Amino acid sequence: MSSPAFEIPPKGGFSFDLCRRNEMIAKKGVNPPSFRKTGTTIVGLIFQDGVILGADTRATEGPIVCDKNCEKIHYMAPNIYCCGAGTAADTEAVTDMVSSQLQLHRYHTGRESRVVTALTLLKRHLFNYQGYVQAALVLGGVDCTGPHLHTIYPHGSTDTLPFATMGSGSLAAMAVFESKYREGLTRDEGVQLVSEAICSGVFNDLGSGSNVDVCVITKGHKEYLRNHLLPNPRTYVSSKGFSFPKKTEVLLTKITPLKEKVVVIEGGDAMEE
Amino acid sequence: MVKQQPNWSPYDNNGGSCVAIAGADYCVIAADTRMSSGYNILTRDYSKICKLHLIYQHQHNKQMSCPAMAQLLSNTLYYKRFFPYYAFNVLGGLDNEGKGCVFTYDAVGSYERVGYSSQGSGSTLIMPFLDNQLKSPSPLLLPAQDAVTPLSESEAVDLVKTCFASATERDIYTGDRLEIVVLNADGIRREYMELRKD
Repeated sequence: MSSPAFEIPPKGGFSFDLCRRNEMIAKKGVNPPSFRKTGTTIVGLIFQDGVILGADTRATEGPIVCDKNCEKIHYMAPNIYCCGAGTAADTEAVTDMVSSQLQLHRYHTGRESRVVTALTLLKRHLFNYQGYVQAALVLGGVDCTGPHLHTIYPHGSTDTLPFATMGSGSLAAMAVFESKYREGLTRDEGVQLVSEAICSGVFNDLGSGSNVDVCVITKGHKEYLRNHLLPNPRTYVSSKGFSFPKKTEVLLTKITPLKEKVVVIEGGDAMEE
Repeated sequence: MVKQQPNWSPYDNNGGSCVAIAGADYCVIAADTRMSSGYNILTRDYSKICKLHLIYQHQHNKQMSCPAMAQLLSNTLYYKRFFPYYAFNVLGGLDNEGKGCVFTYDAVGSYERVGYSSQGSGSTLIMPFLDNQLKSPSPLLLPAQDAVTPLSESEAVDLVKTCFASATERDIYTGDRLEIVVLNADGIRREYMELRKD
């Protein structure tokens, strides 16, 4: 009986071949590499003229801050922005991908993108990956049908809300919204409330921190206020500065020449072409 | 039957960092004041620095010296070798000659006299910087060299403030306020500095 000359490719769908191997390795103590997560506070609310989104700017890798000023409010369309919490790579990739798809759709239809279009594209993608793409999003925008605000969970479910928060700091931010939100806020009141909610996350949640980004979207106009608030300056800068000795000290230098292993034959054959 | 994983652990990591530096005639001990659990802050005002010497003084009729205290702490920790205290300690003080001395511990009481040390969640960020600036001589070198740093007291305090300001930038468990205690021949001096609260 001869074995097949080539492997028959799998029929499609998920392949779980490596799961047992991963479990075995994990039992031996070697853990899979950690992801960079944006332990985050992201918020959105609807005010009288449109939508306001807010986000903090800290990205963490476990207990260490890896980026003190990252951008969590992603561009989707001229009238739609999306805040992302969860694994940083996932939120970036999924928002970039849907942003390109929306652009192609705009060329195809000749019309402004609608928020529900972005919503459907995102939720279909996330559901398809059964929660493995860990992106929790707050999607907001203003289109021809009015202002919209949605939350999208990593498994693909969505909610449509007048105000929303996501991320590790969502409880701190939601506490602020639940006490102070009302319908028909003005632009300045809305920005003030969003900033307060993000600051609540920044100071009370260890996964969120640094600065506050705000994005105001109204009919036909958007304002991206990057670093709208900087409530965390560095507390101490030494006046005299520090000097750093050049490099690692050389304790011992020992040079061992390698013996040559070439045998030279006098008058040997010339090299042939 | 597969060994059951416990549902509850008696230990909780409350985060934070501490540092101590020994000088020729002073000792600087500093720690942040944040206590946290998971992603939450429990309090911003928890002192991690304790003064130890009264019981010994009553029993032995003399002030407790720093090396004696170091041994006591080691024994206290090792006593609980099979259900350890989840504590990483740094002991700082002045020895009998008035020179600064710093002892660093692990969770079960192994200790060593050093010129400077840091423990806690920010120690991985602070220790390399102290190694670079204070460069302790190797304990293997002969003749045995003093572990204390030649820096002046104010320079050491400046160094400690910079260490914590930097550790706070990158470690989520370190922040709120810095408590600095300086021990020298004149006595004990306490100083506070605000750190980032996010």
